[in-house]
Amino acid sequence: MTGERAGEGELAAAEGERAAAEGERAAEGDTSQRPSRMIRARIASGLVPFLGLVLLWMLLWGQFTWLALVTGVVLALLVSVVFYLPAVRLSGRLNLVWALVFALRLLFDIVVASLQIAWTAVSPWYRPSNAIIAVPLRTRSDLVMTFTAEAVSLVPGSIVLDIDRDTSTLYLHALNVRSADDVPALKREVLATERRLIRAAGSADDLARLREGSPE
Amino acid sequence: MTGDLGFDIRDVITAALVLLAALMCFAAGVGLIRFPDVLSRLHAATKPQILGLIAIVADVAVTNPSVGTITLALAIVFFQSLTAPASAHMIGRAAYRTEHFRRDILVIDEYTPRQ
Repeated sequence: MTGERAGEGELAAAEGERAAAEGERAAEGDTSQRPSRMIRARIASGLVPFLGLVLLWMLLWGQFTWLALVTGVVLALLVSVVFYLPAVRLSGRLNLVWALVFALRLLFDIVVASLQIAWTAVSPWYRPSNAIIAVPLRTRSDLVMTFTAEAVSLVPGSIVLDIDRDTSTLYLHALNVRSADDVPALKREVLATERRLIRAAGSADDLARLREGSPE
Repeated sequence: MTGDLGFDIRDVITAALVLLAALMCFAAGVGLIRFPDVLSRLHAATKPQILGLIAIVADVAVTNPSVGTITLALAIVFFQSLTAPASAHMIGRAAYRTEHFRRDILVIDEYTPRQ
């Protein structure tokens, strides 16, 4: 299952890159591949939360037995039927390498920033100096926006105050910003987090927007 | 598991991880008191002990390495990571909208709520 999905993810990533390289015209003329990708995305959108529930059930029991699997499937069905939630729209692609890069970088950021905030809290020379900044994201996907906000909030030193869904803008409160000169670096950090997420699981459209925005 | 030095290497890892977790929770407590306004205190209240929690959970997984513990540890960290930012976001938004923060320590404020 995982290997198959990884292969598909690489394929979709390659498709996304090609579409991006050929520009807008190619993206519009790309209709032949679009239906299959939409079907795949729809299946993934239903299946991924379901499998997630089963996996969670087995994690909570701490055992990977047939009994846990069967009861997990039954309960996941029950939960999906009784607690109906709006479908999460997945992009249908997943690049495991970039997902790993994202996870490791997030862990690294958490460790470094936790130590910084801890030092700030106990430092005798602490002078309060904060900032509230607006970061316009490039993604148009709710899921990527949510996960970017989660990741940014999880790293100490920044809290998401509000999200403007129409313009994909995050409003952050950042601790320890000495002057307005530090703000662009902060924004670049957030956009870099978003870029890693899009590369890991963003849609082809988001990938294309990423290429247009940052020529690297 | 006892090495040449006469002690269990896992004890050393345990000591380091528990100490790290304790320091993080201590710093969070100090920050909660020392930071000047609600928004700053939120940083102290929600963040350093994410690392503290990861350290404690990693410690449990190291001292008791079974499939059950490790998977449960992963689930704990994952869900704590998902929910902590959500609560911080709700409190932060409420604090901003009710003006429960000090504007004089902001170097810049780019957030203008839609009226």
